[in-house]
Amino acid sequence: MFDEKKLKEIKEKRQEWEKSCLEPFMKKGGERQEKFENLSWIEIKNVYDPNDIAHLDYIKDLNYPGEYPFTRGVYPTMYRGRLWTMRQFSGFGTAEDTNARWKLLLKEGQTGLSTAFDFPTLMGLDSDDPLSDGEVGKVGVAVDTLKDFEILFDGIPLDKVSTSFTINPPAGIILAMYVAIGDMQGVPREQLRGTIQNDMLKEFHAQNTLVLPPEPSIKIIVDIFEWGIEVVPKFNLISISGYHIREAGSTAVQELAFTIADGMAYVEAAIERGIDIDKLAPQLSFFFNSHNNFFEEIAKFRAARRMWAKIMRDEYGAKNPRSWWLKFHTQTAGCSLTAQQPLNNIVRTTIQAMAAVLGGTQSLHTNSFDEAWALPSEEAVRVALRTQQIIAFESGIPDTIDPLAGSYYVEWLTDKMEKLAWDYIERIRKMGEGSVLRGVLQGIETGFFIKEISNAAAEFQREVEEGKRIIVGVNKYTIEEKLKIPILKVDPEVQRRQIERLKKVKAERDNDAVKDALDWIRNAAENNENIMPAVLEAVKAYASVGEIMGVLKEVYGTYKKPIII
Amino acid sequence: MKKIRVLVAKVGLDGHDRGAKVIARFLRDAGFEVIYTGLHRTPQEVAMAAVQEDVDVVGISLHSGAHMTLVPKVINYIKEYGGDPDEIVILVGGIIPEDEFEELKAKGVDGIFIPGTPIAEIIEFIKEMVPKKKKKAKIKKTT
Repeated sequence: MFDEKKLKEIKEKRQEWEKSCLEPFMKKGGERQEKFENLSWIEIKNVYDPNDIAHLDYIKDLNYPGEYPFTRGVYPTMYRGRLWTMRQFSGFGTAEDTNARWKLLLKEGQTGLSTAFDFPTLMGLDSDDPLSDGEVGKVGVAVDTLKDFEILFDGIPLDKVSTSFTINPPAGIILAMYVAIGDMQGVPREQLRGTIQNDMLKEFHAQNTLVLPPEPSIKIIVDIFEWGIEVVPKFNLISISGYHIREAGSTAVQELAFTIADGMAYVEAAIERGIDIDKLAPQLSFFFNSHNNFFEEIAKFRAARRMWAKIMRDEYGAKNPRSWWLKFHTQTAGCSLTAQQPLNNIVRTTIQAMAAVLGGTQSLHTNSFDEAWALPSEEAVRVALRTQQIIAFESGIPDTIDPLAGSYYVEWLTDKMEKLAWDYIERIRKMGEGSVLRGVLQGIETGFFIKEISNAAAEFQREVEEGKRIIVGVNKYTIEEKLKIPILKVDPEVQRRQIERLKKVKAERDNDAVKDALDWIRNAAENNENIMPAVLEAVKAYASVGEIMGVLKEVYGTYKKPIII
Repeated sequence: MKKIRVLVAKVGLDGHDRGAKVIARFLRDAGFEVIYTGLHRTPQEVAMAAVQEDVDVVGISLHSGAHMTLVPKVINYIKEYGGDPDEIVILVGGIIPEDEFEELKAKGVDGIFIPGTPIAEIIEFIKEMVPKKKKKAKIKKTT
């Protein structure tokens, strides 16, 4: 990156500085800690200089935004052309409750929708299932049939707004419901925009909405790819996620490595199916966490882009430059929110949101300050949205692209994290005897990912318990708390209302058509065919999430997560 | 000195297991005998494990907002299966709104631990509460 002679001069200058300027200060007071480590336990130096990044080449390793390897951003204009989408994850109660919250958020300036489903829906169960008792509508919206989607999207034009769905085992069902609503609204399917999370690998690692075993789960994801590239070409068919891996306690390097590895696994699975990688790749997206260590997060996002570009172009041979873009959504770290002194969370969320923007995210969710207690209240989510808007319009941060490029520290850290992440990927590839897909499946079976994440979580907690890692308001600067913030309560009638609605739908629908459609799904599954056409038919006949998942469970069996502490 | 036996339980559909697992490790390192139920257990399964394993403490972890339904179910099933909730220390951890603490305690919960609680506090609570509750239950039985 720099002139050899100059670098030598700088190195000598540093040695001189260390001796004459730094040493007396170190002798007098030293530093606050014995060593400074980020959240991946990478040791951070006191000061970085050109020699730390001398091995980097601007054009080869950074280049301009919109050019391989996209370190500086996937688009040449980035936020000067278009701001990131402000997309708040939300949902609770019935479809009516969520529709109302969505309309409020859109009115307050959010620019994309993001759906939180309740646990029964996430797990592919209907609201009247005995296992759903007490859970209906509590952590997200309850969706049993297409009827709920009709209410959820009432007054929301699918040609004007994009919608993200955090849904995994039932992702195909939810995508089919969205297509059905689009059909009802008369919106051409090629115009539908949004994302389904549809990333089962990270469920096995971390988020734990588990229904079917790994291999059938991947088979269905590839069905969705195969079907989706033809039917909904503008829709992101997966959100390859690191957010949950991080929330479960992984380090930033692990989050980066395991997410990229999962992405590689999906690409390999798609190639195995015979899908044209250049057709699929533009419909792949990613989802990262944005945690407290500001520069670590920025470096992580930049490393992710550079890694994915290399992987897609050089490893999987994608020819279309669009296939090399890592586009991502970010959510600020839920696990960093404290129940104590909740207003402090506004500050945490701000730092994390800034890191995401400086890292070049395409879409952003900011947490509300009350989320260590409950789902966001109206007041709290308004502040969360304003946080994004203030960064966008008042801070000047989006006015130039990748402003931290060239920072000795940030470029060094980007490179370092990339290298550490590659180490993990090579390990996983070895576990799969040359295939990252097999390696990830192997890792799921042996508990490799779970143990890595669990060990990191325990180590972090040890540091907190020992006071080595400070959490303001929790192990330092604590007060006698008197909670005064309003807490969102989900209406206790939600479960009863939802069960009644489901009963009514089942009574009024053509039950023969439902049976035929479910039989078709079963048939397709048993014959290893793509299940999506049958799923769309079932959804339009008002088959329920539980009924459709029930058929899949019959064919593929149910997964039981190994008990590993 | 018999080791205190703790069942760390995930009940219902909630998949958030980071807290439960970290606590299970720390309790084990503190010298307790720890049994972790794993995810997605029904209230019946948790209660059965508590009774079969003859635990002194049941620690239920919930981030799903379903605690008001599921925790009382666990306690009732413990009774049904022949366990004594007057003797077993019942703890709840996770996302619990402060204004619901009273009701949970009235239903038999001995301690509620929200995010940010030092694990040392939980350990001390268990060490104190287990003999205390056993003594109280013994007195109750003999009067």
